[in-house]
Amino acid sequence: MSVYIQTFANLLQLGSIYALLAIGFSIVYGIAGLVNFAHGEIFMVSTYVLFFAASAMYSVFQVNWIVYILALLISIVVTSVLAFGIEKIAYRPLRKAPKVSVVVSSVGVGLMLEYLTLYFAGAESKKMPVIVGSTALKIGGATISSSTLVIIAVALFFMIVLTLFLQKSRMGIALRAVSQDEKAASFMGISPDVLISLSFVIGACMAAIGASLYSVAYPIFDPYIGDNINWWSFTAAVLGGIGSMKGAVLGGFLLAAVNIIAPMLLPVSSYRDIVAFAVLIIVLLIKPTGLLGKKLIEKV
Amino acid sequence: MNRNKNNKIIINIILFIIGLAICFVFENMGLIKSSIILVIEYIGIYTIFVLGVNLINGYLGVFSLAHAGVMAIGAYSSALASMYLFDSALTFPISILIGGTMGMLAGMLLAVASFKVSGDYLAIITLGFSLIIKSILQNMEFVGGSRGLRPIPQYTTLIYIYICVIIAIIVVKKYIKSKFGRSILAIRDDPVAAELVSVNIRRSKIVAFGLSSFLIGVSGSLVAHLIAYTNPASYGYTSIVDGLVMVYLGGVGSITGSIIGATVWQILVQSLRGIGIWRWVIGGGILVIVMIFLPNGIYGNRELTWKDIKNLPGAIKEKITSIRAGKAAGTNKKQKGGKQ
Repeated sequence: MSVYIQTFANLLQLGSIYALLAIGFSIVYGIAGLVNFAHGEIFMVSTYVLFFAASAMYSVFQVNWIVYILALLISIVVTSVLAFGIEKIAYRPLRKAPKVSVVVSSVGVGLMLEYLTLYFAGAESKKMPVIVGSTALKIGGATISSSTLVIIAVALFFMIVLTLFLQKSRMGIALRAVSQDEKAASFMGISPDVLISLSFVIGACMAAIGASLYSVAYPIFDPYIGDNINWWSFTAAVLGGIGSMKGAVLGGFLLAAVNIIAPMLLPVSSYRDIVAFAVLIIVLLIKPTGLLGKKLIEKV
Repeated sequence: MNRNKNNKIIINIILFIIGLAICFVFENMGLIKSSIILVIEYIGIYTIFVLGVNLINGYLGVFSLAHAGVMAIGAYSSALASMYLFDSALTFPISILIGGTMGMLAGMLLAVASFKVSGDYLAIITLGFSLIIKSILQNMEFVGGSRGLRPIPQYTTLIYIYICVIIAIIVVKKYIKSKFGRSILAIRDDPVAAELVSVNIRRSKIVAFGLSSFLIGVSGSLVAHLIAYTNPASYGYTSIVDGLVMVYLGGVGSITGSIIGATVWQILVQSLRGIGIWRWVIGGGILVIVMIFLPNGIYGNRELTWKDIKNLPGAIKEKITSIRAGKAAGTNKKQKGGKQ
């Protein structure tokens, strides 16, 4: 029994992180119609910003959670500015170009970010200082680290904030309008350019929050983590149905479930990736637009 | 007319033999440094690779990421064939064919997946395929696991590459002009309309994926036999990105574009090796800049022909006058963009 509870807690922890990342990916896709291959690198950059900010502030403030909140704020601001700049320089001139050119441009941006970080921060893996303290809690006979609960709570909090933002605020409603029909939205006096920038900033914020949580759960990181995160968030977003926020959350949790449960059932843990992608391929073959994706209607 | 055609064939054959002789001289006389020959060899191999990727990503217009997995299949199967079955330099073509055929079979499987799934979802499936292949290879002790497979006999020579490149270019050229080639262009532009004029979409896709994967498999087997070593790590993220970059840099839906893409990117990658990390920064920057100014790649959706080369001086003059004319050129360009 205790094993199940522990596994479930791990699943929720990883799932909520994947969900945040997938939401970021999905929002950019929904508004700008772009598979943003630089998403993972933005995640990676924000991990580094967090690392340097947290290490610098550790000596000033002795309290963990103040350091965490301040570092997170700094990292959100930096990555938002970064994403805004990237959108302005590398994606906006391509608004009218074929879709794939923008994807390739994002691959280029990703390469630049990855190797610039590699140059300035070094290739060796680093260890994030402990920003969220963990004490072992006993729940139903299982030992669960308190940081796990913090991660789940923080992720949930930001998901709710984002949902409220999208449902209630003027900006959020405009965002949803653009994602439904860009042309009609622009007739209603909504400027798609502003909102596309906004979607990139939201995506970057989600990446930064996800990065802060990810580095609490897995404190070792190097400049290459972006690659894997890229694939995982892309996969989670597509699995649930790209462009849909509920789908991204579902995809994130499903992917986490596969990632955590598969190694327990398999003799060799390194088969994990194979199982994860096999599940993904089967789901897509049965339901070609993801689990919660809208059905594509072919217009003649 | 007939005599004209015969003359053309003879000229082409003579050109081919001259090229063969040049390759032979380069390789055996020691006129140029072996490091430069290696770059030329890479350019040749990646030209085949890019031609293959371009068939799917350019001509068929499907965003596929399967090329890394297919290349791995080609490399491993041909390497195993020449290590255990045909251990002689003379039977190397058989190994190449085995690599290509295995790649082709994998590609046909993917074609079946593409019947139902499309767009970014297909991209995910092909990505999954590549990563599954990589993972399987990492876990198979029989092929060396993540340490890789070695020693593979070093059979690849410049002449082999040259012959393969020429064959690949001819095959792709003939294919695009054939019924199947024209049908994939129709599918790219409008699948529904293509189906209405009774294009057999499934058959055309299978042929396109098969041919593309065959070429990619061949390039994989050539690489494996060139560096005498292959490991799963070389078919991961960087390999996928490499393929995309070369196709979209050179130009989608164009043989000339494929050659340009492979040449530019390989020269860049190999010559910037000295500056280490910065070459990827520069490479990424070039990619962004090329995409902003030439969204279809350097030579997208058109071919370089003898006529273009003959008309080059005239075309340059025209361009200069049109730039001087100023606004007229701007409107011209816009019209071109609208068509694509």
